[in-house]
Amino acid sequence: MAVDHCSLDIAAGEICMIVGPSGCGKTTLLNAIAGFHEITSGSITLDGNVLCNAAKPKADPGSDRIVVFQNGALFPWKTNLENVKFGPAMRGIMSKAEITEKALGMMADAGLAGVEQNFPGEVSSGMRRRVEIVRALMNDPKVLLLDEPYRALDSLTKSVMHEALLEIYYKNKVTIFFITHDLEEAIFLGHKVAIMTTRPCKPKKVLTIDIPHPRDYGVLTSKRFRELMEETEEIVHEEALKAFEAGEREN
Amino acid sequence: MPAVAASKGISRLFNRKLYRGLASVVLFFVLWQVLASLDKLLGIDSLRSTVIPPPSVVFKTWWSLLLDPNYAKSWYLSVSRVLAGFLAAVLLGIPLGLLMAVSSKFYRTVFPTFEVLRPIPPLAWVPISIIFWPTQELSITFVTFLGAFTTIVINVIGGAKSIDMRYFQAARSMGASNWEIFRRLILPGTIPSIAVGAEVGMGITWAVVVAAEMISGGGSSLSGAGGGLGYFVWNSYVGGVFPQIIVGMFSIGIAGYVASSAIRKIGKLVTPWLQTR
Repeated sequence: MAVDHCSLDIAAGEICMIVGPSGCGKTTLLNAIAGFHEITSGSITLDGNVLCNAAKPKADPGSDRIVVFQNGALFPWKTNLENVKFGPAMRGIMSKAEITEKALGMMADAGLAGVEQNFPGEVSSGMRRRVEIVRALMNDPKVLLLDEPYRALDSLTKSVMHEALLEIYYKNKVTIFFITHDLEEAIFLGHKVAIMTTRPCKPKKVLTIDIPHPRDYGVLTSKRFRELMEETEEIVHEEALKAFEAGEREN
Repeated sequence: MPAVAASKGISRLFNRKLYRGLASVVLFFVLWQVLASLDKLLGIDSLRSTVIPPPSVVFKTWWSLLLDPNYAKSWYLSVSRVLAGFLAAVLLGIPLGLLMAVSSKFYRTVFPTFEVLRPIPPLAWVPISIIFWPTQELSITFVTFLGAFTTIVINVIGGAKSIDMRYFQAARSMGASNWEIFRRLILPGTIPSIAVGAEVGMGITWAVVVAAEMISGGGSSLSGAGGGLGYFVWNSYVGGVFPQIIVGMFSIGIAGYVASSAIRKIGKLVTPWLQTR
């Protein structure tokens, strides 16, 4: 059992950060929302529509909730631009010209102008992450499901990526479900932070981060940020210790 | 000026490598010539190594063969068989492999038979092939087809099955149907494996065609053309024209090398994203 008695409400347009020790079941929760995993009880609803419940244990994967993966899932045989155009091109609602225009625009907004014709393997991992987020956003999803997207990046790139993500968020106001084990990242980005227990996971504490948006990296040294960190560090550490003793594997 | 010094250094290095390569080839021929002429050099008769024709004789023979229509015909026959067999293997093998990779029902039906027949070496098929096929040409081509076919199918299945699960999940997340998944994910994702299978298959095809030609012998007006480079080598042996054996061997080597290089180049062209790493 990876998740038990987990109850969470996320408002539209909110950034909800899920923090927990490795292996606690966070990814299972995300997979259930995305439709890659079955649930055994309870239900997951989006805007009042039931995605899955006991009668229908597995949600249908759909473009209203798009996942951005930990190690990236950009198609290596397509260029960055082709990757970004993938969703709309497949559905064919817009014309080719419209799709290309939108794609180029969104890539430029995300600071990706100039690498459109490169393959994902040719650009840095930070850029790849951004391309993947843009690829997801091209489909106008209601929710972005991010599974520790910046885990594999070095801390210097990470700090730039955080600001880049916020910039993209301010332009698109999509709901974000963001899994991380980095408490600082969680408090910096999120409206809401849910600290999860070890396996089987459920929210141990849900905080509302009252630092106003738009935020920039100056926030990290602000008094309120430090206060919030102090408030939550101990809880997170407690769960991390439990996980360590239980011998949780890295997922 | 460091840039100029660097480029000079690189070209010097390149030349050294080239000379080293050339030197080793030249050394090989020199050694060969010496070994083949040991009896004259040492004044000892009946040395084993002198049975092998020296390069001087081989090249002389080759030079005269260049104008021989039969020699040219041997090339033509072998190449056409390889092309036909290889093409058939590619055109049949790729769809079969893809079908087996996407449909587990089809896989379970076909794979057992496939796996039982696969260990039979293509050459073991030669007799039954000759009996079954109406012309000798078809029987040799069938055997070359078999060699490449099994390799390509195995590589296609392996390649399709090893596509990372995350790509499927990402595509489904963006609303891809099964057909879209096949067209936009499985097909392009399998191309590198197809390229590998084709290159290996081409090598096998050449090996098989030569042996098949040796076994099935020359042609008659009834059964078809016969011949080919493999037959050329065997016939030279039987006819006692030993330098021609070596000419034949080198010809086969060159032909095989050119064929594999061509396939490799095509493979690189269809996998542009792998060339940029």
